Amino acid sequence: MTVSYALLGLLEESARHGYDLKQSYDRRFSGAKPIRFGQVYRTLARLVRDGLVEVVAVEAGAGPDRKRYAITPEGVTDLDAWLGEPEEPQPQLQSVLFTKVVLALLSGRPADDFLDAQRVAHLAAMKELTTARRTAATRQEALLADYQLFHIEADLRWIDHTASRLATLAEEVRDASGPGRS
Amino acid sequence: MPPVLAGLDLYKSFGLIQALRGASVTLDVGEIVAVMGPSGSGKSTLLHCLAGILTPDFGEVTFGGRRIDLMSDRDRTELRRTDFGFVFQFGQLVPELPAVENIALPLLLAGQRRKAALAAANAWLPRLGLDGLGSRMPGELSGGEGQRVALARALVADPKVVFADEPTGALDSVAADQVLEYLVDAVRERGTSVLMVTHEARVAAYADRTVLVRDGLDAARVGTG
Repeated sequence: MTVSYALLGLLEESARHGYDLKQSYDRRFSGAKPIRFGQVYRTLARLVRDGLVEVVAVEAGAGPDRKRYAITPEGVTDLDAWLGEPEEPQPQLQSVLFTKVVLALLSGRPADDFLDAQRVAHLAAMKELTTARRTAATRQEALLADYQLFHIEADLRWIDHTASRLATLAEEVRDASGPGRS
Repeated sequence: MPPVLAGLDLYKSFGLIQALRGASVTLDVGEIVAVMGPSGSGKSTLLHCLAGILTPDFGEVTFGGRRIDLMSDRDRTELRRTDFGFVFQFGQLVPELPAVENIALPLLLAGQRRKAALAAANAWLPRLGLDGLGSRMPGELSGGEGQRVALARALVADPKVVFADEPTGALDSVAADQVLEYLVDAVRERGTSVLMVTHEARVAAYADRTVLVRDGLDAARVGTG
């Protein structure tokens, strides 16, 4: 979903070949994990089918890379609408962390040990991201690092919040799992 | 190289409240260490003991091979003036003095001539992004600018250790990042050590190492090296 709109946005900037699109996408959006050529061409094919993108030139030779793609007026309208529409705020659901805490409490294992270890890992990740931001070559890279930093920080707040209420939580979790309750 | 500052097995109580229960922490030359923990975990008490502001009930605090906890009040005051710099969260600038005179205060208190002290203070303005703000009164500075003036004042006498207690606690995240960027750059350049107390992970992430304090004990270390 997001990839389609990212490609539309790049095509709005200028008409491009598929290869060029992939390069631009990787540079601007993908961080460490590059997008695959296959996904780029599949997405382009769908966008062309839906009339949001058109092929404006086909150069001599074979292969999809000979085609030059451009956004259509419908594509611009679609992109406008997507950008104007707020996303539904979804909790990141670091559900693994949540599940581990509940399981630890249920089974009487030390949840605080797990939370301590997780806190150390989160702090280390924040330190790395802060260094990455300080040494970022572009503002866009720094922006991405900031985005990740704020999200990890939110997890950390949850970890601290949970750690300070473990005793009460343990009682509740065990009560709720008793045989008399469903 | 031995640590520049070390607290070993520190205990400190206030009445019935045990703020420190065997906390230990070391600070190497040029190292930035964050002390993190929730409110009431004893992290500010730890900073105050390490800086010689408080005397621990038990345990040792060593700075450059000297026992701070055994020094007379007078020697400790002298040490704080010559070797330590301080940045706090609030209200540390003298409101009646312009920024540059606030920065020069430690030098003036140490008996430097006014002209030399102001020249040294002025030299700090561009390093902390404060060009042209030297004659502003503290009330005319933004929160971030005020904290950078406080930072310049902490560094102007070329201390060995800077103690920072929630240095960005009253700032928004953009101003906070700016203060921390300047702090890190300035101390790296001079090889100054920093002990920074914070409850914010974003702030601690600027440090070389984080010591987590819980219930008056240091609990874990992060990011050594």
